[in-house]
Amino acid sequence: MTAITLSGVKKRYLKNPVVHGVDVTIESGEFVVILGPSGCGKSTLLRMIAGLEDITEGTIAIGDTVVNKLEPRERGCAMVFQNYALYPHMSVAQNIGYALKVSGMPRAEREAKVLKVAKSVGLDPYLTRKPGELSGGQRQRVAMARAMVREPKVFLFDEPFSNLDAKLRVAMRAEVRGLHRGLGVTSVFVTHDQTEAMTLADRLIIMNQGVVEQVGKPSEVYHRPASLFVADFIGSPAMNLVRGFFGEDGHFRHGKGGMIHLPTVAPSLVSQEVSIGIRPELVRRVPANTKDAIAAVVDYTEELGAARLIYADADGSRLIAVDHGTDALGTGMPIHLAIDEADLHVFSQDTGRRIELGAAQRAATNSRINA
Amino acid sequence: MERRAFYRNPILPWLLLAPQLILVLVFFYWPTSQALFWAFTLEQPWGGGNTWAGFNNFLSLFGDTRYWATVGRSAFYAIAATVISMGIALTLAMFVDRALKGTRLFQSVFVWPYAIAAPAAGVAFRFIFAPEAGLIGAVNEIWPGIWNPATNGFHALGMVIVCHAWLGIGYNFIFFLAALQMLPKSLSEAGAMDGARPYRRMLDLQLPLIAPTVFFLLIMNLISSFTDSFGLIDVMTEGGPINATEVMVYKLYVDGFKGLDYSGAAAQSIVLMILVIALTFIQFRWVEKRVHYN
Repeated sequence: MTAITLSGVKKRYLKNPVVHGVDVTIESGEFVVILGPSGCGKSTLLRMIAGLEDITEGTIAIGDTVVNKLEPRERGCAMVFQNYALYPHMSVAQNIGYALKVSGMPRAEREAKVLKVAKSVGLDPYLTRKPGELSGGQRQRVAMARAMVREPKVFLFDEPFSNLDAKLRVAMRAEVRGLHRGLGVTSVFVTHDQTEAMTLADRLIIMNQGVVEQVGKPSEVYHRPASLFVADFIGSPAMNLVRGFFGEDGHFRHGKGGMIHLPTVAPSLVSQEVSIGIRPELVRRVPANTKDAIAAVVDYTEELGAARLIYADADGSRLIAVDHGTDALGTGMPIHLAIDEADLHVFSQDTGRRIELGAAQRAATNSRINA
Repeated sequence: MERRAFYRNPILPWLLLAPQLILVLVFFYWPTSQALFWAFTLEQPWGGGNTWAGFNNFLSLFGDTRYWATVGRSAFYAIAATVISMGIALTLAMFVDRALKGTRLFQSVFVWPYAIAAPAAGVAFRFIFAPEAGLIGAVNEIWPGIWNPATNGFHALGMVIVCHAWLGIGYNFIFFLAALQMLPKSLSEAGAMDGARPYRRMLDLQLPLIAPTVFFLLIMNLISSFTDSFGLIDVMTEGGPINATEVMVYKLYVDGFKGLDYSGAAAQSIVLMILVIALTFIQFRWVEKRVHYN
């Protein structure tokens, strides 16, 4: 079993820094997903682990070996590429068996192994076909079989599903998860699709502009985002983020004179520039006469079937609420919303980092993470 | 919908076509028809009358052992020059494609030889290979008499072939580099992940995928070495020593212009033409079939 240790890993192209120093340890047998918007350096990081990019600074160790100077073939990684990168002039069997052929395995042994792996991903009827004669999903399977056949120490996936249609993507997701359960090989998976990331990952590494924003379990990242970026990036609809500051009177001031009464949070943060965040599903609709309710006006609603999203305006700040009501709601109608202080996230506007609040908030998030 | 140009004036389209038509007629069809006419007749050395000879010119040509020696020499010349030129060009293109240091510089530097006229290159190579003073001639300082293209036929032929190959490297290099850069980079990376070293990847992945380009260049190089070798040989060896560098196109010239045997030379040029047409046909017939990109 093999852990991957990245310490102070940096990447510069000429003078352009792309990855700014990453320190992460990927445990043996873990399925880690690197998630981030395009251009955040996630693929570069993966390719540095694979040995396809030089490491400008820092070290990467696979197991106990620092692999900075090792060629890809010496690192024991197998990779599934975004465009599959199948060899177009070789048959499916030749594609899968190429690594074994290069390693000098005798023909009979090789063919038996190729057949076994091809069977496990349902490719055995297509062994003599060329990649050009296969569907997208079948090509994807060939790419996976080609990675599996070498029995690598580490699997690397570089956005492997981005060329598949939505339905196939969900199916392949389940297959990759099943594969990982079966083989237990340390896996690193790069994607920009947060649903894919949340469903596949044991742990997530969230990157933005060459910096790791947060490392954690999917539920941790969702319920306790470490930065404004993560809070905004993870979750759909996105977290409500309202910019403002706390007054000494226990009110949070925002927008065009809006006030939210938050008596227990306020005292420690008086007059700091912050953003407060709350998940749309934790914003409740309450009757008009409720104490400390936030008065808002409906902008528009989005029907989702099981629920609806209310896009409301509260004194110039946008609040989204998940609502299970069935009453008619039209643009301009007044509504009242309430939030729990324990559900609140506070982020420093200066650093973009999370500000930890009291024990009540910690307990609330912990119970959600462990749920 | 296809739109077809329509001219009210019936003469205008012909006028527009005229420059190209005249060029082709004057510089291809007219000489070819003359050559055909001469090849089947016997022309008097000072002109003034032809007699119909049927296939006699060809029969005497094919019965001539000296001609067959020339054909063999041409074939060797063509194969050797093509293999050397394409081999070196491919190696250089592989290195440039791998983006080693200085790639941008080499990309243009390697193409320059193609811009040099064959006779000019021939003169330069004569100096380089000159036994008494040239760069290669320096070996004579160590082992006297080991290198002399002026008297040794093998040396002379080798010298011309090397020069011919050198001239073609630029052309081959451009095509190879373009073909290699058309291949997705991830293919080579997948090969690297599968454990193949660069040389193995070249043989197993890159070469099969650029096969159409290899085939195209093979034919173009063969054609060029049958026809374009004239300028080099005329400047460097004039077919000598003792005919050791006399290839088909040079013998044709010697027989026609020095020996004044128009009919024999015409028959030789027809043979050479058929050879080139055959190669071109192969090129058109098969090159399309061998393509297998994604």
